Amino acid sequence: MNNPSIPYRIFPIGDSAITIDFGNTINESINKEVIARFNQLQEKPLPGLIEMIPAYSSLTIYYDILALKKKINNTTTVFEWTKEQLEEKLKMPVQENIIEERLVRIPVCYDGEFSPDIQELAAEKNISVDEVIEIHTSATYKVYMLGFLPGFAYMGEVDEKITIPRKPQPQNVLAGSVGIAGKQTGIYPLASPGGWQIIGRTPLKLFDTDREEPVLLKAGEFVQFFSISKDEFENF
Amino acid sequence: MSLKIFKAGILDTIQDQGRYGHQHLGINPGGVMDKFSAQIANMLVGNDVKEAVIELHFPASVFIFQQPALIALSGADFSASINGEKIPSLHPVLVNKNSVLQFHRAAKGARAFIAVKGGFNIPIWLGSFSTNLKAAAGGFMGRALRKDDEIGFKKSSTNISYLGTKEFLVLPWKADHKWENSSTNEIFILPGNECCRLTDKSKEKIFGQPFTITNQSDRMGFRLKGEPLLTTTNEEVISSAVGFGTVQLLPDGQLIVLMADHQTTGGYPRVAHVISAHHSRLAQMKAGEMVRFRLANQQMAEELLIKQQQHLLQLQNACTFKLQEFFKRV
Repeated sequence: MNNPSIPYRIFPIGDSAITIDFGNTINESINKEVIARFNQLQEKPLPGLIEMIPAYSSLTIYYDILALKKKINNTTTVFEWTKEQLEEKLKMPVQENIIEERLVRIPVCYDGEFSPDIQELAAEKNISVDEVIEIHTSATYKVYMLGFLPGFAYMGEVDEKITIPRKPQPQNVLAGSVGIAGKQTGIYPLASPGGWQIIGRTPLKLFDTDREEPVLLKAGEFVQFFSISKDEFENF
Repeated sequence: MSLKIFKAGILDTIQDQGRYGHQHLGINPGGVMDKFSAQIANMLVGNDVKEAVIELHFPASVFIFQQPALIALSGADFSASINGEKIPSLHPVLVNKNSVLQFHRAAKGARAFIAVKGGFNIPIWLGSFSTNLKAAAGGFMGRALRKDDEIGFKKSSTNISYLGTKEFLVLPWKADHKWENSSTNEIFILPGNECCRLTDKSKEKIFGQPFTITNQSDRMGFRLKGEPLLTTTNEEVISSAVGFGTVQLLPDGQLIVLMADHQTTGGYPRVAHVISAHHSRLAQMKAGEMVRFRLANQQMAEELLIKQQQHLLQLQNACTFKLQEFFKRV
Protein backbone atom coordinates (compact mmCIF):
# COMPACT_ATOMS: atom_id res chain seq x y z
CA MET A 1 0.00 0.00 0.00
CA ASN A 2 1.05 3.50 -0.63
CA ASN A 3 1.65 5.88 2.16
CA PRO A 4 -1.67 7.71 2.42
CA SER A 5 -0.10 10.51 4.41
CA ILE A 6 1.98 12.08 1.64
CA PRO A 7 0.79 15.68 1.83
CA TYR A 8 -0.20 17.36 -1.39
CA ARG A 9 -1.29 20.69 -2.81
CA ILE A 10 -3.62 21.23 -5.74
CA PHE A 11 -3.21 24.23 -8.01
CA PRO A 12 -4.27 25.29 -11.52
CA ILE A 13 -1.95 25.37 -14.54
CA GLY A 14 -3.69 28.17 -16.39
CA ASP A 15 -7.39 27.63 -17.12
CA SER A 16 -7.39 24.10 -18.51
CA ALA A 17 -5.17 21.98 -16.31
CA ILE A 18 -4.82 21.10 -12.66
CA THR A 19 -1.75 19.87 -10.80
CA ILE A 20 -1.45 17.69 -7.72
CA ASP A 21 1.90 18.51 -6.21
CA PHE A 22 3.42 16.15 -3.63
CA GLY A 23 6.40 18.44 -2.91
CA ASN A 24 9.04 20.01 -5.11
CA THR A 25 11.46 17.11 -4.79
CA ILE A 26 13.12 14.10 -6.40
CA ASN A 27 12.16 11.20 -4.15
CA GLU A 28 11.41 7.62 -5.06
CA SER A 29 8.42 7.05 -2.79
CA ILE A 30 6.82 10.34 -3.85
CA ASN A 31 7.34 9.45 -7.51
CA LYS A 32 5.72 6.06 -6.81
CA GLU A 33 2.67 7.88 -5.53
CA VAL A 34 2.59 10.06 -8.68
CA ILE A 35 2.71 7.03 -10.96
CA ALA A 36 0.16 5.13 -8.87
CA ARG A 37 -2.23 8.09 -9.10
CA PHE A 38 -1.56 8.36 -12.85
CA ASN A 39 -2.52 4.67 -13.21
CA GLN A 40 -5.56 5.09 -10.97
CA LEU A 41 -6.86 8.00 -13.07
CA GLN A 42 -6.14 6.17 -16.32
CA GLU A 43 -8.34 3.32 -15.18
CA LYS A 44 -11.03 5.55 -13.74
CA PRO A 45 -10.66 8.91 -15.47
CA LEU A 46 -12.03 12.16 -14.14
CA PRO A 47 -14.90 13.55 -16.21
CA GLY A 48 -13.61 15.73 -19.04
CA LEU A 49 -10.07 14.39 -18.79
CA ILE A 50 -7.96 15.03 -21.89
CA GLU A 51 -4.59 13.74 -20.75
CA MET A 52 -2.15 13.61 -17.85
CA ILE A 53 1.51 14.47 -17.37
CA PRO A 54 3.19 12.65 -14.50
CA ALA A 55 6.44 14.34 -13.42
CA TYR A 56 8.94 13.76 -10.56
CA SER A 57 6.65 14.83 -7.78
CA SER A 58 3.52 16.12 -9.49
CA LEU A 59 0.70 14.93 -11.67
CA THR A 60 -0.94 17.38 -14.07
CA ILE A 61 -4.33 16.73 -15.61
CA TYR A 62 -5.61 18.52 -18.70
CA TYR A 63 -9.37 18.80 -18.90
CA ASP A 64 -11.94 19.97 -21.42
CA ILE A 65 -13.45 23.20 -20.07
CA LEU A 66 -16.08 23.39 -22.79
CA ALA A 67 -17.40 19.88 -22.17
CA LEU A 68 -17.35 20.28 -18.39
CA LYS A 69 -18.99 23.69 -18.36
CA LYS A 70 -22.10 22.14 -19.88
CA LYS A 71 -22.10 19.44 -17.25
CA ILE A 72 -21.78 21.46 -14.07
CA ASN A 73 -23.84 24.22 -12.57
CA ASN A 74 -22.84 27.79 -13.07
CA THR A 75 -22.09 28.71 -9.49
CA THR A 76 -18.67 27.17 -9.56
CA THR A 77 -15.69 27.25 -11.90
CA VAL A 78 -14.65 24.16 -13.84
CA PHE A 79 -11.38 24.31 -11.93
CA GLU A 80 -13.09 24.21 -8.50
CA TRP A 81 -15.39 21.43 -9.63
CA THR A 82 -12.49 19.36 -11.01
CA LYS A 83 -10.51 19.99 -7.84
CA GLU A 84 -13.32 18.50 -5.75
CA GLN A 85 -13.56 15.47 -8.03
CA LEU A 86 -9.84 15.00 -7.74
CA GLU A 87 -9.86 15.26 -3.96
CA GLU A 88 -12.44 12.49 -3.85
CA LYS A 89 -10.19 10.28 -5.98
CA LEU A 90 -7.21 11.05 -3.77
CA LYS A 91 -9.10 9.78 -0.71
CA MET A 92 -9.12 6.35 -2.28
CA PRO A 93 -6.03 4.28 -1.59
CA VAL A 94 -4.11 2.99 -4.58
CA GLN A 95 -2.20 -0.21 -5.09
CA GLU A 96 1.42 -0.08 -5.98
CA ASN A 97 2.72 -2.06 -8.93
CA ILE A 98 -0.49 -2.04 -10.90
CA ILE A 99 1.82 -2.66 -13.84
CA GLU A 100 4.68 -5.07 -13.55
CA GLU A 101 7.98 -3.25 -13.09
CA ARG A 102 9.91 -3.81 -16.29
CA LEU A 103 13.71 -3.77 -16.35
CA VAL A 104 15.20 -2.59 -19.62
CA ARG A 105 18.89 -3.27 -20.31
CA ILE A 106 20.44 -0.59 -22.48
CA PRO A 107 23.78 -0.99 -24.28
CA VAL A 108 26.05 2.06 -24.12
CA CYS A 109 29.36 2.68 -25.85
CA TYR A 110 31.46 4.87 -23.57
CA ASP A 111 34.21 5.18 -26.20
CA GLY A 112 35.92 8.57 -26.52
CA GLU A 113 34.14 9.82 -29.63
CA PHE A 114 30.73 9.14 -28.07
CA SER A 115 31.56 10.57 -24.65
CA PRO A 116 32.76 14.16 -25.03
CA ASP A 117 32.40 14.96 -21.32
CA ILE A 118 33.56 11.75 -19.62
CA GLN A 119 37.23 12.77 -19.21
CA GLU A 120 36.30 16.01 -17.52
CA LEU A 121 33.82 14.25 -15.26
CA ALA A 122 36.45 11.70 -14.23
CA ALA A 123 39.00 14.44 -13.57
CA GLU A 124 36.49 16.54 -11.64
CA LYS A 125 35.52 13.56 -9.46
CA ASN A 126 39.10 12.35 -9.11
CA ILE A 127 38.43 8.88 -10.49
CA SER A 128 39.35 7.05 -13.70
CA VAL A 129 37.16 6.89 -16.81
CA ASP A 130 36.83 3.12 -16.24
CA GLU A 131 35.51 3.79 -12.76
CA VAL A 132 32.93 6.21 -14.15
CA ILE A 133 31.73 3.47 -16.51
CA GLU A 134 31.81 0.87 -13.73
CA ILE A 135 29.74 3.09 -11.44
CA HIS A 136 27.28 4.14 -14.16
CA THR A 137 26.62 0.53 -15.23
CA SER A 138 26.41 -1.03 -11.77
CA ALA A 139 23.23 0.73 -10.61
CA THR A 140 19.64 0.14 -11.59
CA TYR A 141 17.87 3.40 -12.38
CA LYS A 142 14.24 4.25 -12.11
CA VAL A 143 12.47 6.14 -14.89
CA TYR A 144 10.89 8.95 -12.88
CA MET A 145 9.23 10.76 -15.76
CA LEU A 146 9.34 11.59 -19.46
CA GLY A 147 9.56 15.11 -20.76
CA PHE A 148 11.70 17.68 -22.55
CA LEU A 149 11.77 15.70 -25.84
CA PRO A 150 9.61 12.84 -27.16
CA GLY A 151 10.77 9.78 -25.23
CA PHE A 152 13.31 11.56 -23.02
CA ALA A 153 13.41 9.57 -19.77
CA TYR A 154 14.57 11.26 -16.58
CA MET A 155 16.25 8.53 -14.53
CA GLY A 156 17.86 8.36 -11.12
CA GLU A 157 19.53 8.35 -8.88
CA VAL A 158 23.14 8.50 -9.94
CA ASP A 159 25.86 7.50 -7.44
CA GLU A 160 27.30 10.59 -5.77
CA LYS A 161 30.75 9.59 -7.03
CA ILE A 162 29.70 10.56 -10.59
CA THR A 163 27.16 13.36 -10.07
CA ILE A 164 27.97 16.55 -11.92
CA PRO A 165 25.94 19.72 -12.60
CA ARG A 166 24.62 20.40 -16.08
CA LYS A 167 26.58 22.71 -18.37
CA PRO A 168 25.90 26.43 -18.07
CA GLN A 169 25.21 26.71 -21.81
CA PRO A 170 23.34 24.09 -23.86
CA GLN A 171 25.33 22.42 -26.65
CA ASN A 172 24.29 20.31 -29.59
CA VAL A 173 23.80 16.72 -28.52
CA LEU A 174 23.39 13.76 -30.88
CA ALA A 175 20.56 11.22 -30.71
CA GLY A 176 21.31 8.30 -28.39
CA SER A 177 23.66 10.33 -26.19
CA VAL A 178 23.66 9.25 -22.55
CA GLY A 179 24.15 12.05 -20.07
CA ILE A 180 24.29 13.02 -16.43
CA ALA A 181 22.83 16.14 -14.80
CA GLY A 182 23.13 16.28 -11.05
CA LYS A 183 21.69 13.05 -9.65
CA GLN A 184 19.83 12.33 -12.90
CA THR A 185 20.86 10.28 -15.90
CA GLY A 186 19.09 10.29 -19.25
CA ILE A 187 19.28 9.50 -22.95
CA TYR A 188 18.65 12.00 -25.74
CA PRO A 189 16.12 10.32 -28.08
CA LEU A 190 16.73 12.97 -30.75
CA ALA A 191 19.49 15.35 -31.68
CA SER A 192 18.86 18.49 -29.68
CA PRO A 193 20.56 21.31 -27.85
CA GLY A 194 21.04 20.19 -24.26
CA GLY A 195 23.05 20.83 -21.12
CA TRP A 196 23.65 17.32 -19.77
CA GLN A 197 27.22 16.01 -19.50
CA ILE A 198 27.56 13.33 -22.18
CA ILE A 199 29.35 10.11 -21.15
CA GLY A 200 28.33 7.64 -23.87
CA ARG A 201 25.90 6.72 -26.60
CA THR A 202 23.40 3.91 -27.13
CA PRO A 203 22.62 2.37 -30.52
CA LEU A 204 19.01 1.82 -29.38
CA LYS A 205 16.29 4.09 -30.64
CA LEU A 206 14.57 5.62 -27.63
CA PHE A 207 12.05 7.20 -29.97
CA ASP A 208 11.08 5.76 -33.33
CA THR A 209 8.11 7.05 -35.29
CA ASP A 210 7.95 3.78 -37.24
CA ARG A 211 7.07 1.81 -34.12
CA GLU A 212 3.47 1.52 -33.04
CA GLU A 213 4.64 2.53 -29.58
CA PRO A 214 7.20 5.16 -30.55
CA VAL A 215 8.64 5.56 -27.07
CA LEU A 216 10.89 2.86 -25.54
CA LEU A 217 10.81 3.78 -21.84
CA LYS A 218 7.89 4.68 -19.64
CA ALA A 219 7.66 6.26 -16.20
CA GLY A 220 7.94 3.66 -13.45
CA GLU A 221 10.18 1.29 -15.42
CA PHE A 222 13.76 0.42 -14.52
CA VAL A 223 16.92 0.68 -16.57
CA GLN A 224 20.36 -0.85 -16.37
CA PHE A 225 23.17 0.21 -18.68
CA PHE A 226 25.82 -2.17 -19.96
CA SER A 227 29.04 -1.24 -21.70
CA ILE A 228 29.65 -2.20 -25.33
CA SER A 229 32.67 -1.67 -27.58
CA LYS A 230 32.77 0.64 -30.58
CA ASP A 231 32.61 -2.43 -32.83
CA GLU A 232 29.54 -3.70 -31.08
CA PHE A 233 27.97 -0.25 -31.29
CA GLU A 234 28.54 -0.04 -35.01
CA ASN A 235 27.23 -3.55 -35.66
CA PHE A 236 24.32 -3.30 -33.29
CA MET B 1 -2.50 15.87 -58.15
CA SER B 2 -3.67 18.64 -55.94
CA LEU B 3 -1.76 21.47 -54.35
CA LYS B 4 1.82 21.91 -55.46
CA ILE B 5 4.45 24.11 -53.86
CA PHE B 6 5.94 26.26 -56.62
CA LYS B 7 8.20 28.15 -54.26
CA ALA B 8 8.80 27.34 -50.58
CA GLY B 9 8.01 29.78 -47.79
CA ILE B 10 10.03 30.34 -44.64
CA LEU B 11 8.03 27.93 -42.45
CA ASP B 12 4.80 26.47 -43.78
CA THR B 13 3.53 23.31 -42.13
CA ILE B 14 0.48 21.09 -41.96
CA GLN B 15 -1.20 21.48 -38.56
CA ASP B 16 -4.49 20.68 -36.91
CA GLN B 17 -5.95 21.37 -33.47
CA GLY B 18 -3.21 19.31 -31.81
CA ARG B 19 -2.05 15.84 -30.82
CA TYR B 20 -3.38 14.90 -27.39
CA GLY B 21 -2.93 11.88 -25.17
CA HIS B 22 0.83 11.45 -25.55
CA GLN B 23 2.30 14.13 -23.32
CA HIS B 24 3.15 11.54 -20.67
CA LEU B 25 5.63 10.17 -23.23
CA GLY B 26 7.16 13.58 -23.84
CA ILE B 27 5.29 13.99 -27.12
CA ASN B 28 3.93 17.53 -27.17
CA PRO B 29 0.55 18.49 -28.68
CA GLY B 30 1.87 20.93 -31.30
CA GLY B 31 -0.92 21.99 -33.64
CA VAL B 32 -1.75 25.40 -35.06
CA MET B 33 -0.55 28.48 -33.22
CA ASP B 34 -3.97 30.12 -33.62
CA LYS B 35 -6.67 27.50 -33.05
CA PHE B 36 -9.48 30.02 -33.40
CA SER B 37 -8.51 31.14 -36.91
CA ALA B 38 -7.76 27.63 -38.13
CA GLN B 39 -11.25 26.53 -37.08
CA ILE B 40 -12.80 29.43 -38.97
CA ALA B 41 -10.93 28.53 -42.18
CA ASN B 42 -12.29 24.99 -41.89
CA MET B 43 -15.85 26.18 -41.24
CA LEU B 44 -15.80 28.40 -44.30
CA VAL B 45 -15.21 25.40 -46.55
CA GLY B 46 -17.58 23.12 -44.64
CA ASN B 47 -14.93 20.98 -42.94
CA ASP B 48 -14.84 19.59 -39.45
CA VAL B 49 -13.03 22.20 -37.33
CA LYS B 50 -10.34 19.66 -36.47
CA GLU B 51 -9.37 19.10 -40.11
CA ALA B 52 -5.74 19.78 -41.08
CA VAL B 53 -4.84 23.19 -42.51
CA ILE B 54 -1.63 24.72 -43.81
CA GLU B 55 -0.12 27.21 -41.38
CA LEU B 56 1.83 29.92 -43.15
CA HIS B 57 4.53 32.30 -41.93
CA PHE B 58 5.66 35.25 -44.01
CA PRO B 59 7.23 35.03 -46.59
CA ALA B 60 4.84 32.22 -47.44
CA SER B 61 4.94 29.56 -50.14
CA VAL B 62 3.59 30.04 -53.66
CA PHE B 63 1.01 27.35 -54.46
CA ILE B 64 -0.34 25.95 -57.72
CA PHE B 65 -3.70 24.19 -57.77
CA GLN B 66 -3.45 21.06 -59.87
CA GLN B 67 -7.14 20.46 -59.43
CA PRO B 68 -10.06 22.77 -58.61
CA ALA B 69 -10.85 23.35 -54.94
CA LEU B 70 -12.94 25.30 -52.49
CA ILE B 71 -10.53 27.06 -50.14
CA ALA B 72 -10.55 29.67 -47.38
CA LEU B 73 -7.84 31.81 -45.81
CA SER B 74 -7.87 33.02 -42.22
CA GLY B 75 -5.59 34.31 -39.48
CA ALA B 76 -2.96 36.81 -40.54
CA ASP B 77 -3.56 38.99 -43.59
CA PHE B 78 -0.65 38.28 -45.95
CA SER B 79 -2.27 40.11 -48.85
CA ALA B 80 -3.11 37.03 -50.91
CA SER B 81 -3.69 36.88 -54.64
CA ILE B 82 -4.81 34.30 -57.17
CA ASN B 83 -3.22 34.71 -60.55
CA GLY B 84 -2.24 38.22 -59.49
CA GLU B 85 -5.72 39.34 -58.42
CA LYS B 86 -6.16 40.15 -54.76
CA ILE B 87 -8.45 37.83 -52.78
CA PRO B 88 -9.81 38.47 -49.29
CA SER B 89 -9.37 36.40 -46.14
CA LEU B 90 -12.38 34.88 -44.38
CA HIS B 91 -14.36 34.17 -47.56
CA PRO B 92 -14.79 30.80 -49.22
CA VAL B 93 -13.09 30.93 -52.62
CA LEU B 94 -13.62 28.55 -55.52
CA VAL B 95 -10.31 28.09 -57.30
CA ASN B 96 -9.89 26.57 -60.74
CA LYS B 97 -7.15 24.24 -61.90
CA ASN B 98 -3.74 25.77 -62.66
CA SER B 99 -4.40 28.85 -60.53
CA VAL B 100 -1.49 30.33 -58.57
CA LEU B 101 -2.00 31.38 -54.95
CA GLN B 102 0.60 33.67 -53.47
CA PHE B 103 1.12 36.12 -50.63
CA HIS B 104 2.61 39.58 -51.00
CA ARG B 105 3.17 41.22 -47.65
CA ALA B 106 2.63 40.67 -43.96
CA ALA B 107 -0.11 43.27 -43.65
CA LYS B 108 -1.46 42.12 -40.31
CA GLY B 109 -0.78 39.23 -37.94
CA ALA B 110 1.87 36.54 -37.93
CA ARG B 111 0.26 33.28 -39.05
CA ALA B 112 -2.20 32.66 -41.88
CA PHE B 113 -4.13 29.47 -42.58
CA ILE B 114 -5.34 27.72 -45.73
CA ALA B 115 -8.19 25.25 -45.49
CA VAL B 116 -9.32 23.14 -48.44
CA LYS B 117 -12.73 21.51 -48.64
CA GLY B 118 -12.37 17.85 -47.70
CA GLY B 119 -8.98 18.35 -46.10
CA PHE B 120 -5.53 17.19 -47.10
CA ASN B 121 -4.78 13.59 -47.85
CA ILE B 122 -1.87 12.93 -45.53
CA PRO B 123 -1.24 10.11 -43.06
CA ILE B 124 -2.35 10.56 -39.48
CA TRP B 125 0.28 10.03 -36.74
CA LEU B 126 -0.83 9.36 -33.16
CA GLY B 127 -4.26 10.71 -33.87
CA SER B 128 -3.24 14.00 -35.43
CA PHE B 129 -2.12 15.55 -38.72
CA SER B 130 0.10 18.12 -36.99
CA THR B 131 3.73 18.38 -38.01
CA ASN B 132 6.11 17.74 -35.11
CA LEU B 133 9.28 19.28 -36.52
CA LYS B 134 11.51 18.17 -33.66
CA ALA B 135 10.39 14.54 -33.91
CA ALA B 136 10.32 14.79 -37.74
CA ALA B 137 6.90 13.15 -37.61
CA GLY B 138 3.32 13.91 -38.53
CA GLY B 139 2.06 16.37 -41.12
CA PHE B 140 3.69 16.27 -44.55
CA MET B 141 6.67 13.91 -44.10
CA GLY B 142 7.37 15.36 -40.68
CA ARG B 143 8.76 18.58 -42.08
CA ALA B 144 8.00 22.04 -43.39
CA LEU B 145 6.74 22.27 -46.98
CA ARG B 146 9.35 22.50 -49.73
CA LYS B 147 9.42 23.36 -53.40
CA ASP B 148 7.78 20.70 -55.58
CA ASP B 149 5.89 19.04 -52.70
CA GLU B 150 2.46 17.90 -53.80
CA ILE B 151 -0.20 17.66 -51.14
CA GLY B 152 -3.20 15.60 -52.13
CA PHE B 153 -6.79 16.44 -51.26
CA LYS B 154 -9.12 13.99 -49.65
CA LYS B 155 -12.08 13.14 -51.80
CA SER B 156 -14.08 16.29 -52.10
CA SER B 157 -17.54 16.73 -53.48
CA THR B 158 -17.17 20.39 -54.31
CA ASN B 159 -19.42 21.40 -57.14
CA ILE B 160 -17.29 23.68 -59.26
CA SER B 161 -19.58 23.83 -62.28
CA TYR B 162 -20.51 27.35 -61.17
CA LEU B 163 -16.93 28.35 -61.86
CA GLY B 164 -17.16 27.56 -65.57
CA THR B 165 -14.08 28.98 -67.21
CA LYS B 166 -13.43 31.52 -64.44
CA GLU B 167 -10.07 31.21 -62.73
CA PHE B 168 -11.55 31.78 -59.31
CA LEU B 169 -14.64 33.04 -57.55
CA VAL B 170 -14.87 34.69 -54.14
CA LEU B 171 -18.14 33.61 -52.54
CA PRO B 172 -20.07 36.61 -51.25
CA TRP B 173 -20.06 36.04 -47.49
CA LYS B 174 -17.45 36.72 -44.89
CA ALA B 175 -16.88 35.10 -41.51
CA ASP B 176 -17.32 37.61 -38.73
CA HIS B 177 -13.91 37.70 -37.16
CA LYS B 178 -14.37 40.72 -34.99
CA TRP B 179 -14.06 38.60 -31.89
CA GLU B 180 -10.32 38.52 -32.32
CA ASN B 181 -9.99 41.49 -34.59
CA SER B 182 -9.37 43.84 -31.71
CA SER B 183 -6.14 45.71 -32.11
CA THR B 184 -5.46 45.57 -28.38
CA ASN B 185 -2.16 44.23 -27.12
CA GLU B 186 -3.70 43.27 -23.80
CA ILE B 187 -3.17 39.66 -22.78
CA PHE B 188 -4.92 38.22 -19.74
CA ILE B 189 -2.91 35.96 -17.46
CA LEU B 190 -3.52 33.78 -14.43
CA PRO B 191 -0.90 33.52 -11.69
CA GLY B 192 1.48 30.58 -11.95
CA ASN B 193 2.46 28.33 -9.08
CA GLU B 194 5.89 29.93 -8.71
CA CYS B 195 4.76 33.55 -9.05
CA CYS B 196 5.18 33.87 -5.29
CA ARG B 197 8.93 33.66 -5.84
CA LEU B 198 8.94 37.09 -7.44
CA THR B 199 9.78 40.08 -5.29
CA ASP B 200 6.82 42.39 -4.66
CA LYS B 201 8.35 44.96 -6.98
CA SER B 202 8.76 42.40 -9.77
CA LYS B 203 5.17 41.26 -9.35
CA GLU B 204 4.06 44.84 -9.95
CA LYS B 205 6.36 45.09 -12.96
CA ILE B 206 4.61 42.24 -14.74
CA PHE B 207 1.50 44.36 -14.96
CA GLY B 208 3.06 47.80 -14.87
CA GLN B 209 5.37 47.58 -17.85
CA PRO B 210 4.85 46.46 -21.42
CA PHE B 211 7.05 43.62 -22.71
CA THR B 212 8.52 43.54 -26.20
CA ILE B 213 8.27 40.33 -28.20
CA THR B 214 11.87 39.71 -29.28
CA ASN B 215 12.95 38.15 -32.55
CA GLN B 216 13.93 35.02 -30.59
CA SER B 217 10.29 34.00 -30.89
CA ASP B 218 8.95 31.05 -32.80
CA ARG B 219 6.43 28.22 -32.62
CA MET B 220 8.10 26.95 -29.43
CA GLY B 221 7.89 30.16 -27.48
CA PHE B 222 7.97 33.95 -27.47
CA ARG B 223 10.88 35.47 -25.62
CA LEU B 224 9.91 38.79 -24.10
CA LYS B 225 12.10 41.71 -23.17
CA GLY B 226 11.40 44.01 -20.26
CA GLU B 227 13.07 45.22 -17.12
CA PRO B 228 14.47 42.02 -15.55
CA LEU B 229 12.32 40.45 -12.84
CA LEU B 230 13.83 39.35 -9.56
CA THR B 231 13.01 36.45 -7.26
CA THR B 232 13.36 36.02 -3.53
CA THR B 233 14.71 32.47 -3.84
CA ASN B 234 16.93 30.46 -6.16
CA GLU B 235 15.47 27.15 -5.05
CA GLU B 236 15.43 24.74 -7.97
CA VAL B 237 12.09 23.96 -9.60
CA ILE B 238 11.87 20.20 -10.12
CA SER B 239 10.65 19.50 -13.67
CA SER B 240 6.89 19.62 -13.91
CA ALA B 241 4.19 20.15 -16.53
CA VAL B 242 4.04 23.28 -18.66
CA GLY B 243 1.54 24.16 -21.38
CA PHE B 244 0.62 26.51 -24.22
CA GLY B 245 0.63 29.95 -22.64
CA THR B 246 2.82 29.11 -19.65
CA VAL B 247 4.99 32.13 -18.82
CA GLN B 248 8.35 31.02 -17.47
CA LEU B 249 10.99 33.14 -15.80
CA LEU B 250 14.42 32.54 -17.31
CA PRO B 251 17.61 32.78 -15.22
CA ASP B 252 18.38 36.23 -16.70
CA GLY B 253 15.13 37.66 -15.32
CA GLN B 254 13.35 37.74 -18.69
CA LEU B 255 10.12 35.95 -19.56
CA ILE B 256 9.30 33.34 -22.18
CA VAL B 257 5.72 32.47 -23.13
CA LEU B 258 5.45 28.88 -24.33
CA MET B 259 3.56 28.44 -27.60
CA ALA B 260 2.31 25.50 -29.72
CA ASP B 261 5.58 23.56 -29.95
CA HIS B 262 6.35 23.86 -26.22
CA GLN B 263 7.97 21.02 -24.31
CA THR B 264 5.73 18.93 -22.08
CA THR B 265 7.67 19.70 -18.89
CA GLY B 266 10.00 22.42 -17.72
CA GLY B 267 12.16 23.43 -14.80
CA TYR B 268 11.93 27.22 -14.86
CA PRO B 269 9.58 29.03 -12.48
CA ARG B 270 6.09 29.29 -13.95
CA VAL B 271 5.11 32.81 -13.01
CA ALA B 272 1.89 32.97 -15.05
CA HIS B 273 -0.29 31.36 -17.70
CA VAL B 274 -1.94 33.18 -20.61
CA ILE B 275 -5.66 32.38 -20.61
CA SER B 276 -6.77 30.03 -23.41
CA ALA B 277 -9.11 32.60 -24.95
CA HIS B 278 -6.10 34.86 -25.61
CA HIS B 279 -3.72 32.26 -27.11
CA SER B 280 -4.82 33.19 -30.62
CA ARG B 281 -4.41 36.91 -30.04
CA LEU B 282 -0.87 36.36 -28.78
CA ALA B 283 -0.04 33.95 -31.61
CA GLN B 284 -0.83 36.68 -34.14
CA MET B 285 1.61 39.15 -32.58
CA LYS B 286 4.98 39.71 -34.21
CA ALA B 287 8.52 40.33 -33.03
CA GLY B 288 8.88 43.97 -32.06
CA GLU B 289 5.30 44.32 -30.88
CA MET B 290 4.45 45.04 -27.25
CA VAL B 291 2.41 42.89 -24.90
CA ARG B 292 0.63 44.20 -21.82
CA PHE B 293 -0.39 41.65 -19.23
CA ARG B 294 -3.55 41.98 -17.18
CA LEU B 295 -4.45 39.82 -14.23
CA ALA B 296 -7.52 37.65 -14.77
CA ASN B 297 -9.13 35.02 -12.58
CA GLN B 298 -10.24 31.47 -13.21
CA GLN B 299 -13.86 32.46 -13.73
CA MET B 300 -13.08 35.19 -16.29
CA ALA B 301 -10.75 32.83 -18.16
CA GLU B 302 -13.40 30.13 -18.39
CA GLU B 303 -16.18 32.53 -19.36
CA LEU B 304 -14.11 34.12 -22.12
CA LEU B 305 -13.33 30.72 -23.58
CA ILE B 306 -17.00 29.74 -23.48
CA LYS B 307 -17.97 32.99 -25.23
CA GLN B 308 -15.34 32.37 -27.88
CA GLN B 309 -16.70 28.88 -28.39
CA GLN B 310 -20.28 30.14 -28.66
CA HIS B 311 -19.17 32.61 -31.30
CA LEU B 312 -17.48 29.78 -33.23
CA LEU B 313 -20.59 27.60 -33.04
CA GLN B 314 -22.80 30.38 -34.41
CA LEU B 315 -20.30 30.96 -37.16
CA GLN B 316 -20.21 27.30 -38.01
CA ASN B 317 -23.99 27.14 -38.30
CA ALA B 318 -24.01 30.21 -40.53
CA CYS B 319 -21.23 28.83 -42.73
CA THR B 320 -22.97 25.48 -43.15
CA PHE B 321 -26.23 27.19 -44.07
CA LYS B 322 -24.61 29.58 -46.57
CA LEU B 323 -22.69 26.81 -48.30
CA GLN B 324 -25.80 24.64 -48.59
CA GLU B 325 -27.84 27.53 -49.98
CA PHE B 326 -25.17 28.49 -52.46
CA PHE B 327 -24.57 25.06 -53.89
CA LYS B 328 -28.31 24.35 -54.02
CA ARG B 329 -28.70 27.26 -56.41
CA VAL B 330 -25.86 26.17 -58.62
